[in-house]
Amino acid sequence: MTVKNFLYVNRKAPYGTIYALESLEVVLIGAAFDQDVSLAFVDDGVFQLTKGQNTDGIGVKNFSPTFRALGDYDVTKLFVEAESLAERGLTPDDLQEVMYEDEDDDWAEKPSIKIISRAEMADVMAGADVVLSF
Amino acid sequence: MSTLHTVNKSPFANQTLISCLGHCKDGDAVLMIEDGVYGGLGGTGLTEIMANAAKTVELFVLSPDLNARGVDASRLMEGVQGVDYAGFVDLVAKHDRTQNWL
Repeated sequence: MTVKNFLYVNRKAPYGTIYALESLEVVLIGAAFDQDVSLAFVDDGVFQLTKGQNTDGIGVKNFSPTFRALGDYDVTKLFVEAESLAERGLTPDDLQEVMYEDEDDDWAEKPSIKIISRAEMADVMAGADVVLSF
Repeated sequence: MSTLHTVNKSPFANQTLISCLGHCKDGDAVLMIEDGVYGGLGGTGLTEIMANAAKTVELFVLSPDLNARGVDASRLMEGVQGVDYAGFVDLVAKHDRTQNWL
């Protein structure tokens, strides 16, 4: 089977619409097909990864911990756009830690989140075989 | 290798078109559809940004969406081309991937 490079582009904040949760669901489903999967967080999508989310008061599931499970599904590339963070007054420290175990490096724990520039994000997008937008 | 980007939101309602243009590579195409067609108008607050983008990226609007909104093609800024549905398909086929900006 030919392995394709799938890029999931997330541009929406987490709870105002269903896009962010649906994206995560599709990523988890897609991960079962052994494809090369990357996630991009651009514009309001960067809000999905902030730490300290607590949805107790709004009656919907807090799905932010699920990002930390992606490593178990070999989804280990979470690209976050630096400009989108800065425009929203965020720094990388405002994001939760997402780690994976690198099986090619004696299962060393490594960060999944990579902060990249807008120009680098354009390269990531241009390098994808399939782009799925949320 | 190039990408066809589609934008279906008015640029006067949110930043989607601007974000799209900020992630385009030279030789890409941007097709404005549905409410996105308003991004192709001339004489707006965005025309300068669009004219600048047109130097490196091809700009299109989907004519049926333009017509549906009562916008005459003469209102389009210079460099924005109208395409019909068959033209949409040609654009998809011409580029290596399609990225929808929702």
